[in-house]
Amino acid sequence: MFKVMKTQSNPSLIGSRVPRSDARAKVCGTEKFIADYSLPGMLHVAVIRSPVPCGELRGSNRQYLETLPGVVATVFAEDIPGENCVPIVWRDMPALATGKAKYAGEPVGLIGAETAEAARRALAMAKLDIHPLQAVTDPEKARDNDALKVYGEDNVFSHLVIRRGNIEKAFAEAAAVVEGTYRTPYQEHAYLEPQGMLAIPEGDGSITVMGSMQCPFYVQSAVATVLGLPLAKVRVIQAATGGAFGGKEDVPSLVATQAALIAWKTGRPARLIYSREEDIISMSKRHPAVIHYRSAADSAGRLLAVEADYILDGGAYATLSPVVLWRSIVHSVGPYRCPNVKVDARAVATNRVPCGAFRGFGSPQILFAVECQMDQLAAKLGVEPAEIRRRNLLAVGDATATGQILKNSVGSLETLEKALAAAGVAPSKEAGEGRRAGRGMSTIFYGMGLGAGGVHLARTGATVQILQDGSAIFSVGTTEMGQGMRTVLGQIVAEELGIAFNCVHMTPTDTSRVPDSGPTVASRSTTMSGNALLRACAPLRETLLHVAAGILEAESANLVLTQGKVETRGTNPPRAVELQKVIDECFRRRECLASEGWYRTEGTTFDRATGQGDAYVAYAWATNIVDIEVDTETGVVEVMRIVAAHDVGRAVNLSGVEGQIEGGTVQGMGYALLEEILCQDGIIQNSEFGLYHIPTAEDAPKIEPIVVEKPFDGGPFGAKGFGEQPLMGIAPAIANAVADAIGIRFSELPITPERVLAALNSKTAI
Amino acid sequence: MSNLFDLAVTVNRVRYERAVEPHILLSDFLRHDIGLTGTHVGCEHGVCGACTVLFDGQPVRSCLLFAVQTHGHEVTTVEGLGTIDNLHPIQEAFHEAHGLQCGFCTPGILTTLVPFLEQNPNPSEAEIRAAISGNLCRCTGYQHIVDAVKLAAEKMRA
Repeated sequence: MFKVMKTQSNPSLIGSRVPRSDARAKVCGTEKFIADYSLPGMLHVAVIRSPVPCGELRGSNRQYLETLPGVVATVFAEDIPGENCVPIVWRDMPALATGKAKYAGEPVGLIGAETAEAARRALAMAKLDIHPLQAVTDPEKARDNDALKVYGEDNVFSHLVIRRGNIEKAFAEAAAVVEGTYRTPYQEHAYLEPQGMLAIPEGDGSITVMGSMQCPFYVQSAVATVLGLPLAKVRVIQAATGGAFGGKEDVPSLVATQAALIAWKTGRPARLIYSREEDIISMSKRHPAVIHYRSAADSAGRLLAVEADYILDGGAYATLSPVVLWRSIVHSVGPYRCPNVKVDARAVATNRVPCGAFRGFGSPQILFAVECQMDQLAAKLGVEPAEIRRRNLLAVGDATATGQILKNSVGSLETLEKALAAAGVAPSKEAGEGRRAGRGMSTIFYGMGLGAGGVHLARTGATVQILQDGSAIFSVGTTEMGQGMRTVLGQIVAEELGIAFNCVHMTPTDTSRVPDSGPTVASRSTTMSGNALLRACAPLRETLLHVAAGILEAESANLVLTQGKVETRGTNPPRAVELQKVIDECFRRRECLASEGWYRTEGTTFDRATGQGDAYVAYAWATNIVDIEVDTETGVVEVMRIVAAHDVGRAVNLSGVEGQIEGGTVQGMGYALLEEILCQDGIIQNSEFGLYHIPTAEDAPKIEPIVVEKPFDGGPFGAKGFGEQPLMGIAPAIANAVADAIGIRFSELPITPERVLAALNSKTAI
Repeated sequence: MSNLFDLAVTVNRVRYERAVEPHILLSDFLRHDIGLTGTHVGCEHGVCGACTVLFDGQPVRSCLLFAVQTHGHEVTTVEGLGTIDNLHPIQEAFHEAHGLQCGFCTPGILTTLVPFLEQNPNPSEAEIRAAISGNLCRCTGYQHIVDAVKLAAEKMRA
């Protein structure tokens, strides 16, 4: 592990509440999203999709479609010039289905037309000759012997395990054992901006692709594969991206191939903006899960053993499922000491839409089970929920479920105590006529970055350049999608170079500016690009100090670079020179004021046979305390208040951190109570916002974010990645609160009014 | 098919005269015919509120109106509120108070708020939440938006 923690100058931008650097453009409506770009001669693309979850493709009416007004070209699998493959973790997913369509909504053909309307009209006339086949639409039956095979011999994309200690002995000796089966649903990302891409064929045989995305280097690889071009001839530029949450990690690669194929076929720019409906039916979601979980504790409330056996529904293609599964097993015991662990986790294949990344990446499902189990263990032992957590929380020197000894930056207990103190006394259970109140909690952790499961991608690049007028531009390989990376990284550069924050500008993320920096996922942008920028800034600081030393006739070791000036340290009075004068002198001497930084994480390990290893470089920690009220007449669960304490290492931008906590928390609330994709026989029934409900301002409760800072010595200024964590523990805290209020434990999400009423009625009936 | 309608509409205090097809949506007219791409389209069926604009001063979903319905009327989009160097107080408040993340929903929220804050100079938190409950935001959890609205109200009262 590199030591890159910086000592900070004072007053510092780090930890401030400086406004977002993109806020002005966004409040004026001038920020350009991909649908805001259009080019002369630009075609509009529509995608012909399979209407059935599984079917043999026998043909289409493409010749007829090509005669329709405004239609310029169609593209089907047989036209693809390169390899018909969208490479993600594996290479099993085609860009356009051929032979067999494997899920309803799978792309089969493309239409390029002069106007969006002509493309839509042609799409309405498109006919596929498709012979429906029997489909695997129930993930719980995917492994049955007689199930049809969607993938391999057994419909299992990936099977991961943890083998630690001896669970049989531990269960036999336990004072309390709790067992449950938990079911969690799909969750739709519901980013407000639908997917979209614009592909521009350049005159020199290369192609430029712009769009809404998290991972430009993934898009570059997919477009190069499908067009049969070297990577060098595919340039990808991120446009402003209107929310992502994981939903623009892998699938934009697929969207980009669709625009690129029409651009390649016609030699004209081609733009594709998804309708909300096609976005919901065909883009990735959070994996549904079915989890059997058994845990044991001794009479002192210490967790002795965990046994978990669960499946994630991967859908028709592997996409990210193997790595989603990996993150889930690392989090499968929660933030607790547990000497005996046996986990079997499988990502299974079905004829349903491929599931992928969504904030938490496999961990919210398993943490729902973990945290519901903890409350039930506590109840069995007669211990308070907070107390059982206090007795088991990981601390420095403890081993995680994967056997990793924690060395530093463990704020678990501090988040627990601070959240408890802020929450105060729980409200009375009697909350007025027909209303019952309850309180629930969860304590969770988050392995930051890609970890051992994605170590080959755990690197990032950055460039920084100081310009003649004293402003600076920087470029990174990670992306801004709303999370605030651009602001945080601007703060880091401004802090390092002594340049005013509003004179530091981030260029759009562009594969031609920075080496392949891996994806913008896993809460990694602040730490990875931050570290790369610190490395890029270091030689620039050195040059500035060296030149300033000449001006001030001092040793550069005795100089400090602060906002707008360089001054001597240890002389009385201090002598100073304006930074602009130093920069002028650098230019006069033709010094190079441009530099690159490269950062890679070191030291993660994982043994697949045992599931043991140093999975992540560090962990973020959190405690959520939720107060709810249940209306026993209507079954509505109203969330009154959420206290959310998060150890983030160091908050580079305090308002940004709070914004991540609040936004993730409300997404978690939607997951717990509202959000449900209805998929009947493999076909999604509610493909619009009117039927898939995300929380509104009136649904969202008062959130009290608490920022705990246990600095991580591998992060810039001590920062850890944590942006996903706020979502991850909300659903179990709400389920625990509902159990507290009405004495009924829900082990299936979402906890809708219908389910609450049915449970209340059946309880009354008993 | 081409049964064009001679539309005359005032958008952001500028009068536009365009021959448009009767089925063109107001959102498409604003974005594609007159280049005001600050109005965003998120769901195309009137739920998300991202495409909200002011129609004679009142918030409407531009994806649920035909452009021709605005004939002879006034429309205000986010571009009509302020400019990057001269922000409207509501824009200023959203900038200062971190009232946004990805920013895709922001123009619809700002336009919704203009008449609301003009009519309710000192709104309660519940009134603020009710006022923006027809505008979906997936990033912020709404809390910083509510804070920004309180700040905007303060600025507009001053």
